[in-house]
Amino acid sequence: MSGNTSTSMIVTLGFVTALSGFLIVTAYQTTKPAIEENKRLRIQQTVLEVIKGATAYKPFVITANGDLLEATPDLKGTNVYAGYDAQGKLMGLAAEGRAQGYSGSVETIYAYSPACECITGVKVIKQTETPGLGDKVITNKDFVANFEKLDAKLDAAGKALANAIVTVKHGSKKNPWEVDAISGATISSRAIAKGLNGSAQEVLPKVVPLLSTIEGAKP
Amino acid sequence: MSLIKQDDTITVDTFMEGIWRENPVFVMMLGMCPTLAVTTSAINALGMGAATTFVLIASSLLVSLFRNLIPAGVRIATYIVIIATFVTLVDYIMQAYSQALYAAMGAFIQLIVVNCIILGRAEACASRNKPLKSMVNAAGMGLGFTLALLCLGGVREILGNGSLFGLPLFGEHFQPWVIMVLPAGGFLVLAGWLILFEWLKLRKQGRSQQVGGAVHEH
Amino acid sequence: MNTDSVTFIFFNSVLANNFVLAMFLGLCPFLGVSGKLNTAVPMGLATTFVMLVSSICAYFLNELLVAFNIEYLRLISYIVVIASSVQLVEMAMKKLSPALFRALGIFLPLITTNCAVLGVALFQTSREYDFVQSVAFAGGAGTGFILALVLMAGLRERLALAKVPSVTQGAALSLMIGALLSMAFMGFAGLGAE
Repeated sequence: MSGNTSTSMIVTLGFVTALSGFLIVTAYQTTKPAIEENKRLRIQQTVLEVIKGATAYKPFVITANGDLLEATPDLKGTNVYAGYDAQGKLMGLAAEGRAQGYSGSVETIYAYSPACECITGVKVIKQTETPGLGDKVITNKDFVANFEKLDAKLDAAGKALANAIVTVKHGSKKNPWEVDAISGATISSRAIAKGLNGSAQEVLPKVVPLLSTIEGAKP
Repeated sequence: MSLIKQDDTITVDTFMEGIWRENPVFVMMLGMCPTLAVTTSAINALGMGAATTFVLIASSLLVSLFRNLIPAGVRIATYIVIIATFVTLVDYIMQAYSQALYAAMGAFIQLIVVNCIILGRAEACASRNKPLKSMVNAAGMGLGFTLALLCLGGVREILGNGSLFGLPLFGEHFQPWVIMVLPAGGFLVLAGWLILFEWLKLRKQGRSQQVGGAVHEH
Repeated sequence: MNTDSVTFIFFNSVLANNFVLAMFLGLCPFLGVSGKLNTAVPMGLATTFVMLVSSICAYFLNELLVAFNIEYLRLISYIVVIASSVQLVEMAMKKLSPALFRALGIFLPLITTNCAVLGVALFQTSREYDFVQSVAFAGGAGTGFILALVLMAGLRERLALAKVPSVTQGAALSLMIGALLSMAFMGFAGLGAE
């Protein structure tokens, strides 16, 4: 081993860091396209699955000052995806919801149909709820049926939902904007509805007035 | 680590010690955090094992190549930089390969950096041996670690989810033993394996004592 | 309760998402130095201190990495920062409080390879916490670590006198206590959910 002089230490550390920097940058550059493609495929799959009848989609971004723009990699803001069928007809919109569940945040992608002014489907993309209890929000057929036609009309002013999406106790759903919770997994059920409500209240008032622009945009 | 001699001969033992006699999980109790955290299913266990093995082999090679150039004072710092480099590589490769697997591992891929098995190998083996021998030893350790993870992941997935590698094993009416895929189950299953190995060891000792005793009586 | 509030982050990382018992971080010291209360407490304190220091450093370092658009160097720079802050803490303690240094000295180098410390830095980045939230998170993680370590040490001190089957002695027994503690902490899940 060479001596313990400061110079040799600095030279060694410098050399090793330079080498590792080179390796990391090479790996980053090589894998970047594949990683971005993977992420895009994952979003595409989820969006096309959740918007019924859609065969193609186009991502949009609502920026901090409220503009709706076509997504580019550098644009930061709330993501909205528009789904079109083979003829290029707008089938629905998809957006992301997120709320605190029982043991962590529950993230969802939901579809909104302008035709019925309602939510037509929800897909959980990330959750850490208790297996066997909280994760029933994905598997329970009755619960999933809540989101086949969940009312999400805007109020007269178009600034918020006419009726906020709320969770009600199992078996007491009366109105089309209510979500019937799973008994034994109320908190997880509520997290999904809260995520939907939060996102719909923010996204829909901005997007609905611009529907014609989105319809015109081709995927 | 007195068992690693200063000679360059590569024996079967160089490779095998990591798998059985010095198994990093069951014998040395190293790298506990990923061992318990990601072994909720067999496939996650396999992914984690493969990632760790890659980092082990690659960092052993590099440390061993530079072993005579690294001053003792900055030894550990250099090892950590080398290990962190390869972990970053694995992190990107895994993201490029499968987003689903990457999401299941969470931050634990990046936490491979502080897995004591790797730093331990760099210090105890790679810094004293030629590249090939270090790599063979690291491969054995990595394989031993992967096997141990599979032992845990397999049991936890079978009991907690009724499946293995995602394939359902039992009929529809199987009621999963949910606690097994929760954190507490990780502790319990590892304790179970340790008890099993201890019992086997005691039984073997008991037998050889009995045989010895019998010979003595004659 | 608002999940971004400082109180929520603190108590969540102490109880519901306890670093050791729910997230499996920092298990090596949890199993290794939890044999006696009088070593568990100093170890926990030293770890918490390093967590706070490295969390603050990691926060500013991340700002820097983002500013220069070199996020791919995050992991390597975090680990170097942690290793150096352990070293700094060691030197500062030696200078300022030799008594404390004598009590904690032997534990300090071990903290570098404690994944709970790197975990704090990585999680606060991936959850996009701001400065105050990061400090609350690090404090919570440290407090949770001390809590788990002290509980474990207390139980093990008691069990040292108990007669257990010979096959379960040692690590297996510690792991089973860990399992029971982890189950107990599962009761805290749902904390903060409405």
